[in-house]
Amino acid sequence: MAHPAAAPLVIHGGTVIDPVTCREYRADLTIDGGVIRAVGRVPDGFGDARRIDATGLMVCPGLVDLSARLREPGYEYKATLESELAAAVAGGVTSLACPPDTDPPLDEPGLVEMLKYRAQTLALSRVYPIGALTQGLGGERITEMAELTEAGCVAFSQADHPVTDTRVLMRTMQYAASFDFPVWLRPQEHFLSRGGVAHSGEVATRLGLPGIPVCAETIAIDTLVTLAQLTGARLHLCRLSSARAVEQVRAARASGLALTCDVAIHHVHLCDIDIGFFDAHSHLVPPLRSVRDRAALRAALADGTIDAACSDHTPVDEDAKQLPFAESESGATGLELLLPLTLKWAAEQSVDRPTALARITTDPARILGLPPGRIEAGATADLCLFDPLEDWIVGPATLVSQGKNTPFSGLPMSGRVRHTIIGGEPVFSRARSNVTTLPRRP
Amino acid sequence: MTRNPQLDAHGALRHLLSIEGLPRDVLVNILDTARPFVSVTEREVKKVPVLRGKSVFNLFFENSTRTRTTFEIAAKRLSADVINLNINASSASKGESLLDTISNLSAMDADMFVVRHAQSGAPFLIASHVREGISVINAGDGRHQHPTQALLDMYTIRHYKQSFTGLTVAIVGDVLHSRVARSQIHALSILGVPEIRVVGPKTLVPDSFSRMGVRVFNRMEEALKGVDVVSMLRLQNERMDGGLLPSAQEYYKSYGLTAERLALAKPDAIVLHPGPMNRGVEIESSVADGSQSVILPQVTFGIAVRMAVMSILGVG
Amino acid sequence: MSTQPTFPAVDSSALPAVDTLLDALVEQIRPQVDPARCGMVGIHSGGVWIAERLHRVLGLALPLGTIDVGLHRDDLETSGLRIRMRASMIPFEVAGADILLVDDVLHTGRTIRAAMNELFDYGRPERIRLAALLDRGGRHLPVAATFLGAHVEIEPGREIVLDRCASGAHADTLLLKVQPRSGPRESAT
Repeated sequence: MAHPAAAPLVIHGGTVIDPVTCREYRADLTIDGGVIRAVGRVPDGFGDARRIDATGLMVCPGLVDLSARLREPGYEYKATLESELAAAVAGGVTSLACPPDTDPPLDEPGLVEMLKYRAQTLALSRVYPIGALTQGLGGERITEMAELTEAGCVAFSQADHPVTDTRVLMRTMQYAASFDFPVWLRPQEHFLSRGGVAHSGEVATRLGLPGIPVCAETIAIDTLVTLAQLTGARLHLCRLSSARAVEQVRAARASGLALTCDVAIHHVHLCDIDIGFFDAHSHLVPPLRSVRDRAALRAALADGTIDAACSDHTPVDEDAKQLPFAESESGATGLELLLPLTLKWAAEQSVDRPTALARITTDPARILGLPPGRIEAGATADLCLFDPLEDWIVGPATLVSQGKNTPFSGLPMSGRVRHTIIGGEPVFSRARSNVTTLPRRP
Repeated sequence: MTRNPQLDAHGALRHLLSIEGLPRDVLVNILDTARPFVSVTEREVKKVPVLRGKSVFNLFFENSTRTRTTFEIAAKRLSADVINLNINASSASKGESLLDTISNLSAMDADMFVVRHAQSGAPFLIASHVREGISVINAGDGRHQHPTQALLDMYTIRHYKQSFTGLTVAIVGDVLHSRVARSQIHALSILGVPEIRVVGPKTLVPDSFSRMGVRVFNRMEEALKGVDVVSMLRLQNERMDGGLLPSAQEYYKSYGLTAERLALAKPDAIVLHPGPMNRGVEIESSVADGSQSVILPQVTFGIAVRMAVMSILGVG
Repeated sequence: MSTQPTFPAVDSSALPAVDTLLDALVEQIRPQVDPARCGMVGIHSGGVWIAERLHRVLGLALPLGTIDVGLHRDDLETSGLRIRMRASMIPFEVAGADILLVDDVLHTGRTIRAAMNELFDYGRPERIRLAALLDRGGRHLPVAATFLGAHVEIEPGREIVLDRCASGAHADTLLLKVQPRSGPRESAT
């Protein structure tokens, strides 16, 4: 890593949240050489260390985001590595996986190496590229997975591109299974979803928007689960969207398949009704589904059926959103909303804070094959310090990301990142904002 | 959810984008206002100075000579200046963006935009970006809405049936892809029609429509029993390509409105069609030209209803 | 034509009875019209009520026409369309007709201008004459009644309206009232 072993640092006065042990307690942290040296009393000899006053702040492992589009290479007009990694640390995200749907797609080792190198030079969040499963994401020819893994890919995916030929899909999974490479796929049957832009339900019916039925996901999960059982591939299902999908995951696990899955944090909070009068900011992939589906996703994230929540960060330039709904580009900015939206879900769903944070720290770390991010002596000092009570309004002025596209624009959030520490080095700090100017939440 | 963008802070009509969410009073006022305009079309000088000096821009991102003409006639009979712009969607997407086009036209002192677009919701986007004082009329957007068509249908129904309470109305055909059907369903519910039926094969009338407060039928014979109004929808040829229907012939066999089937409706039932008709596909010629057909009066009323909408938006 | 009496109308009670004014009008009109050819057109709403009575008493052959000047008003820009506009109905050929336009209270002359515009949309009449129940003065346009029931003087800020009992023992009885001018709209009467 390009995070050099940093000078000693003491974080004092904060409340530590350890998602692994599910505990919250007051403790000072002493960090040296990029790792946590002591939890609790500051050892002798650190009197001169740099200090961060964490009074009133929560200290938790840095967030791990399973999907953040950094838009490089190819889409620098939407966002750059600089802008989005700055957004990541502003959101407390210390590690992130980026999907391969760049231009060109991440299907060659050189592209992956360049991305890793660029990210390391910036010395912000740690970037874990997801390699393309098929060449050019075309769904026809398998990529050089071993080479790509050597270059730094941690898993293989099609992002939002389909593999329409089921035989090709089976072979990619067989091939990946040979080397135990994880395969991350978003379950959506191509033909059933072709042309669709919204959940096939009451809202799409009313608004006359072409629909994507739940069965497009159901059928795809059936196929993927069957192929995973057959090939032994390590399957991770990305961005579940329906109640039915949650049931399928439970059933697959009950039958002995060790699959993992995630949900985008937007889908934990929004549903198709939020499209309102054709709000293109609610044009997301997969589509926002019904209230019932949302309730099932929320519950499944709480009980652990869904392993992790991710930001599915997708910066889109405003021009691409100022179009009729179906023509608008899908996606929402998310890196800086992952923490507050997770805290909001936890409060609404009565999930304790350590468990809630596990879904965006230790659980996704496990899926990425990273150390769990414990707060204990010897652990890597990737930390997020946040003020759980600080209110702020989502908007162009408060978001660091170049993508200002979010259905939450103008809405108040509770919980704000104050410091982000990666490898023992503070890479982001912000002062407490003047909350007196914010409107009270209902 | 935000306030209905087609109403101003006082609940008055500012744009006509969708029938959905319009108060009953607003609909009734449009129908009432249309009545004097019907008489205008019967005069030697078919023109009144209501919109004198105003500019109406017909912005047709999707070609429809027929609809454009009815709006053009309506605007001209109100003494407005009419500017027709057929904006080919593909060339628009290559060059100027939709909103740039709108900004440019707004700067030309337009008072009203009549918008036809292939994408559902496009008029909402346009309405949210026009200069204060410009009204947007949706002349059909994707599968979403065609509010003036539904209003003229309501005018026609009221003309022949006097009131809406107690009516049973059947909407027949490709409901899934029909903006006309969606607007009709909302208008009929708002005006108090107790039973709205939609009928067609499951590929064109999915069960999800029952969530819009209508009864879904798949058999024509059952759906027509005892109805007061039969509203036929146009069947687009491309429906045969997407695996939605086997052929026009088979569609006619199951869902074509024949004299025999119409006999299942009430004896004084009326037959509506938004045009242009596919004779022998949706409707038998003898029915289209028969005594129960009100298809031609619909066209006449259509001009008057569009005049009424433009007048209400233009001068309040 | 200023032979008619003038009433200083401070309140409704000082106004003459409608029937008296109608009698005066009939007396003036009868010798001047040909009942076989005269096309009578009342202006909504008060003018129609007056016209209905005149039409009956004069025994005109052509059916009565009615006009709503709503679409020709010159204050649409500021005042907007009126709720419940009625359709104009001229059930005889206007081109070449000898038309007697009927209104209740003549004031600025704008309504008469609008009514004449509306009439010309149906064709070119040979002649248009005007009968009004009352003339309260205050003309904005060079318009005069051919036949008139009476002149009245009225304080600024007040207006005279013709009302009709809709039901009860006095159903269909017409009544003139003086009242404060309603609304900000420039009176079009």
